[in-house]
Amino acid sequence: MIVAEAKPLEELLACLEESRRALIVSCSGCTAVCLTGGAAQATSLASRLKIAKRINGSDLDVETAFLLRQCEPELLPAIADRCARADVLISLACGVGVQQLAEAYPDKWVIPALNTTFAGSYAGEGVWEERCGLCGNCVLHLTGGVCPVTRCAKGLLNGPCGGPADGRCEVDPEVPCAWILIYERLQAQGRLELFTQVRPAKDWRSARDGGLRRFSREGMSRE
Amino acid sequence: MNSGGRLEKALAEREFAVTAEIGPPRNASGESVRAKARLLKGFVHAANVTDCQSAVVRLASLAAALHVQAEGVEAVWQMTCRDRNRIAMQSDLLGAASLGIKNVLCLTGDHQKFGNHPAAKNVFDLDSVQMVEMVRRMRDDGRFHCGDEIKGPLPRFLIGAVENATAEPTVLRLLRLRKKVAAGAQFIQTQGVFDLARFEVFMREAADAGILENCRLLAGVIPLKSARAARFMNERVPGVRIPDEVVRRMEQSRDQEEEGIRIAVETVDALRRVPGVAGVHLMAVAWEEAVPRIVSEAGIKPLGDR
Repeated sequence: MIVAEAKPLEELLACLEESRRALIVSCSGCTAVCLTGGAAQATSLASRLKIAKRINGSDLDVETAFLLRQCEPELLPAIADRCARADVLISLACGVGVQQLAEAYPDKWVIPALNTTFAGSYAGEGVWEERCGLCGNCVLHLTGGVCPVTRCAKGLLNGPCGGPADGRCEVDPEVPCAWILIYERLQAQGRLELFTQVRPAKDWRSARDGGLRRFSREGMSRE
Repeated sequence: MNSGGRLEKALAEREFAVTAEIGPPRNASGESVRAKARLLKGFVHAANVTDCQSAVVRLASLAAALHVQAEGVEAVWQMTCRDRNRIAMQSDLLGAASLGIKNVLCLTGDHQKFGNHPAAKNVFDLDSVQMVEMVRRMRDDGRFHCGDEIKGPLPRFLIGAVENATAEPTVLRLLRLRKKVAAGAQFIQTQGVFDLARFEVFMREAADAGILENCRLLAGVIPLKSARAARFMNERVPGVRIPDEVVRRMEQSRDQEEEGIRIAVETVDALRRVPGVAGVHLMAVAWEEAVPRIVSEAGIKPLGDR
């Protein structure tokens, strides 16, 4: 799933100085799961914005619209009337949803209420952790199912740097060294030869270094 | 011979090699680098020039390496994977070779979090193993990383890499060392050794595994200037672990600098006796004056005009 965190309220308020009618659009997909972008968060954000504006001596009419998935273009026309009434749209989706909303309503100013942070998963109550760097060239079969591109702070492909202490990353002692995890898993599987092979440099064209990425499924696409 | 440099000759002739470290300044002073090089002249086979160590912006390692060589001291030019992609690395390698640099040390690099620009984007296009392999292929196969032929003079470097020999787990460090040697590393400089027992285990296992048959290892020694410096390194320098008893010994001494020199001399002395150790690498960062004393007091014979 895609994980996103709320932007500071002040940052949103700074964008809303001229606004009279805002529409907050939630998403019941990933950002609802990580408790930053669902219907409940939309309602809460609406109240907080209204109160903050009132304290500042101005009024803001805030409506909310709940979408199943904001990244799905087919679902967006359903909120056309409410979008038309608003002078600004506040999106509680990830960056993908924000862009879909902006594309569906190109004459509206769309403000992201979240910072989209990573592709990850649940890692304990109220905690989510990055798991995939979306590099477009998966090596997980070679690394015991632990992603070095994402979970090593330096994205190293041939083992740990000289920095880990007590099995922890030099960058954050809370985080286990990905390469020590990889080593332990490969050792337990009796597949250490995967560790000893020298891995060649990565072809970063499949990552975002190659420009905009696009996928067309053969037989399904008209391209 | 690859580079034909003093370090390569010393290692080939199995002379006990001594290298030291010079940290370039956080300003545009070439003179400060040259002054440090003059301190080391005659005591070391070569001097490493660090590449923005701890991710702090400093005078470029290649420029500093040229200042060092202008003083008659051979440089070990350090290059990290943190700040350059494969295009910039190869370009700098060609440039360095054209300017007479003989030795290159390939490192991953400290994370930018530790430096003065923690908001910077890091590169890590290659890792240090891949970097070693790239330099070797440029030299031996005359090929750029992409496979294109290098038409004309090739960069003839002696290729070095680093290892944290006393970090845990040892077996993982050995596997990583093996990869670096397989990729083409001809010499290894280790992180500072304080735990000699652990280091000896590392060396014995490296020898048993045959890892160092075609590669020379210089054991790292970090002279401690004060107990405070030791604590700082434990807290702030990745990969350095100074045992409590060493920190205590520093604290309890009347003259901490003298004690630091004594510990370093003892360490050099002990390391020389460890089978497989080809030399020592003295990392007296911001305390280069310590190096001549340590070399002399450890009884390493004067290096003459080399």
